[in-house]
Amino acid sequence: MSTHIEFSDVSVHYGQKRAVDRFSFKIAEHSVFAFVGPANSGKTTMLKCINRTIEFIDAAKVTGQVLLKGQDVKAIRDVYSLRRRIGMVFPLPVGLPLTVYENVAYAPRRMGVRNKAELDEIVERCLRDSVLWDEVKDRLDMLGTKLSGGQQQRLTLARALSLSPEILCLDEFSIAIDPVTTMKIEDVLMQLKEKMTIILVTNLTQQARRMADHVAFLNDSELVEWGENEAMFNRPKKEITGRYLNGEFG
Amino acid sequence: MPDSTRKTRVNKSLLSDRFEKPIEWLIKICGWSSLAALTAILIFILKGAGPMISKINWVEFFTSTKWVPSPGTGNEPHYGILAMLVGTLSTTALALLISVPLGLAAAVYISEFATGKVKEFLKVLLELLAAIPSIVWGFIGLMVLAPLIQNWFGVQQGRNLLNGGIVLGLMSVPLIVSLSEDALRAVPDAYREAALALGASKWEIVFRVLFPAARNGLLAAVMLGLGRAIGETMAALLATGHANQIPSAITDPVRTITATIAAEMGEAPKNSDHYHVLFILGLVLFVITGVVNVVADLVIKGTKKHV
Ligand SMILES: Nc1ncnc2c1ncn2[C@@H]1O[C@H](COP(=O)(O)OP(=O)(O)O)[C@@H](O)[C@H]1O
Ligand SMILES: [Mg+2]
Repeated sequence: MSTHIEFSDVSVHYGQKRAVDRFSFKIAEHSVFAFVGPANSGKTTMLKCINRTIEFIDAAKVTGQVLLKGQDVKAIRDVYSLRRRIGMVFPLPVGLPLTVYENVAYAPRRMGVRNKAELDEIVERCLRDSVLWDEVKDRLDMLGTKLSGGQQQRLTLARALSLSPEILCLDEFSIAIDPVTTMKIEDVLMQLKEKMTIILVTNLTQQARRMADHVAFLNDSELVEWGENEAMFNRPKKEITGRYLNGEFG
Repeated sequence: MPDSTRKTRVNKSLLSDRFEKPIEWLIKICGWSSLAALTAILIFILKGAGPMISKINWVEFFTSTKWVPSPGTGNEPHYGILAMLVGTLSTTALALLISVPLGLAAAVYISEFATGKVKEFLKVLLELLAAIPSIVWGFIGLMVLAPLIQNWFGVQQGRNLLNGGIVLGLMSVPLIVSLSEDALRAVPDAYREAALALGASKWEIVFRVLFPAARNGLLAAVMLGLGRAIGETMAALLATGHANQIPSAITDPVRTITATIAAEMGEAPKNSDHYHVLFILGLVLFVITGVVNVVADLVIKGTKKHV
């Protein structure tokens, strides 16, 4: 399988503070790559480097290279087109102040889909994939912000899927979602792997164990190690990795 | 260890139990006292208006432009406020036409685009502008704008509707900017990030995400700006030309209700009919602002239900 995303010696500083310290790794196409690690270890910051939303933070300074199919993301002129290639689900549920339907139809519409039937189809498919359809199909014209926290979180997922992204980044997506729904979404994600590369940031090590092809362990701004799922859980190179993955600290 | 933590927790809940009731009462009192103040103001105005409430011809009051409150002996007084009503509403409308776009644009710029030193500088500048007393604004209308308008439009009188609208508009800009900026800043960054991640541009974020999300705060800002323009007295007196007529052009002088009260309260003999009628003018202002607020409330509720 060919490499989809490569980090080559990437560091991020917020002013003087180092948040990501020389990360280097490769993510294969159509794989699930999980990043696990305690809070403040740099997981979210790392994700923001991929779609360059890190540029939104004035204090942040990025060095090194993030390569998308071999192309340096910094060299991509149209940053908006870059962001549309990457679906991003943030840890806090954010229903944009639009209707449920418009939350999902927003991005396709911007990309030029005008046909109502086509939009309807996209909205339904994305809401089904995010296990939200049954709960909202009768109130698509309600404000997205009126949904419950867990529903808004799935709406965020539906919105990310509406871009038909080549990469889907999930940042602790199950924080506000009950275990049963989480399992359902995990099933859908395993199917979506056919269509896209999935980057999963989680502090549920068991979630990483269930889903990931590769796992990376981050701690205190450092990429401690990364490798195949089975090897990381059973034969980690560093002792601290084994302790974290087995839930003995964190 | 577990024992001591439990103890502190018990203490804490006892403490909050003890304070919960008084705090609840305090909040209630604050709420009711604002209502009481409003009622007191209304009573004060009604008392001042006194006998004239039943004595004046209300039809003439609202439909005539004839305002002769203190006629010479042997002549009938006339109390027609139509011209002043039009004067107040037209200057206010013009002021809003200027202050709302200007204020919102500045707020968006400060909160979403400006950074570092520029941002700080603009905020300080805004506070300075907000601190300019209204009489100074009146003077700016009188000394700066009036000659300019005379030249540009080739009119005799530079103190007019246009002048008043501009002055009142500029006066309410700082208020609208600082309140709108607060409202925009209150929108969580997560919204901006979410929209950014969808590939939205900054302008799309402003119009599609920030404005809807901050709608109530922005509307409140506009309402307070409007309140400032309607209620302003000194600047209105100096800039509008204070002529009691219905304007037929934007360069016609007008007169506002507030300026009338300010100009005539001193000369109307206490407890004369004229004196009482001026209180009725106050009552009209009171009702206008009340109506504006109710309408704003309905607009907020209406859009909430609809979207
Ligand atoms: N906008 C920011 N400004 C300054 N420091 C930040 C900012 N965002 C994150 N940090 C810091 O960077 C470090 C890594 O944060 P983050 O990437 O959010 O970690 P994680 O997602 O693993 O919890 C933390 O110490 C955090 O305090
Ligand atoms: Mg995070």
